[in-house]
Amino acid sequence: MMPDLASKTRVSRLLGVEFPFGQAFGMIDDLDMQREVAEAAVRLLEEAQEPESRRDLDIEWPIDTKTAYRAWQPPEISPIVAASLEQIRKARREAGPG
Amino acid sequence: MSVDSFKYLPKSFRPMFEDVDIEVEGAVWAPFEKPLSEATIAVLSSAGIFLKDSQQGFDMEREKREPTWGDPSWRAIPRDVGQDRIDAAHLHINTEHVKRDVGVALPLRALAALEADGVIGRLAAENYSVMGYQENGCAVWQSQTGPEIVNRLRHEAVDALILAPA
Repeated sequence: MMPDLASKTRVSRLLGVEFPFGQAFGMIDDLDMQREVAEAAVRLLEEAQEPESRRDLDIEWPIDTKTAYRAWQPPEISPIVAASLEQIRKARREAGPG
Repeated sequence: MSVDSFKYLPKSFRPMFEDVDIEVEGAVWAPFEKPLSEATIAVLSSAGIFLKDSQQGFDMEREKREPTWGDPSWRAIPRDVGQDRIDAAHLHINTEHVKRDVGVALPLRALAALEADGVIGRLAAENYSVMGYQENGCAVWQSQTGPEIVNRLRHEAVDALILAPA
């Protein structure tokens, strides 16, 4: 889902998918899609011949990006984001106008 | 196709992940010499999945009190678990998807199908779940969670583990 980030850990084998967060193997009730991703992952065990092997899977998420982006978001803002926003607001208040 | 790692990330978060420097000792390499059709495969998801009838959920209340902390514990999920036993606790994603179909994050049915078709030797009896939001450094994951899961994988003679981020 974020193979550029995962590659920084220098793992042996890395399969990249361009899917929204929370659904690394595909759509709900789409066993064919989930199987395709799972099979690509296990095939990489045999295919990869050297460290840091990466394969990006050519599957397009079948829902438009804006809708999929909204759909993966948690129902409430996460605690760390809420705390960070509060810090930013506090810093702005302390800095004053201008 | 080259995957856009930041397609679904809020734009303001991108520099945080793009510029992060992760310290590693070197590239990891574990040769895979067994034929895939004879191998035992397990999968681990970081979607915060747990069994609502027999396991505690990941501790979201403490995370709400301490926003830089994340529950570092783990859960074992049996391969043949029914969807009616699945729940999830994770404050950073919408868990409704996994609550409707665990296969979106932990593809047990898909791997069982690969087993049935002879692509893999066997799907492990136990698979694993963690909650992916962790404190900096992941100290407990390194000292406790990781070794505990690895011991169980070795005990079950698992040949490979798919690490699936949520």
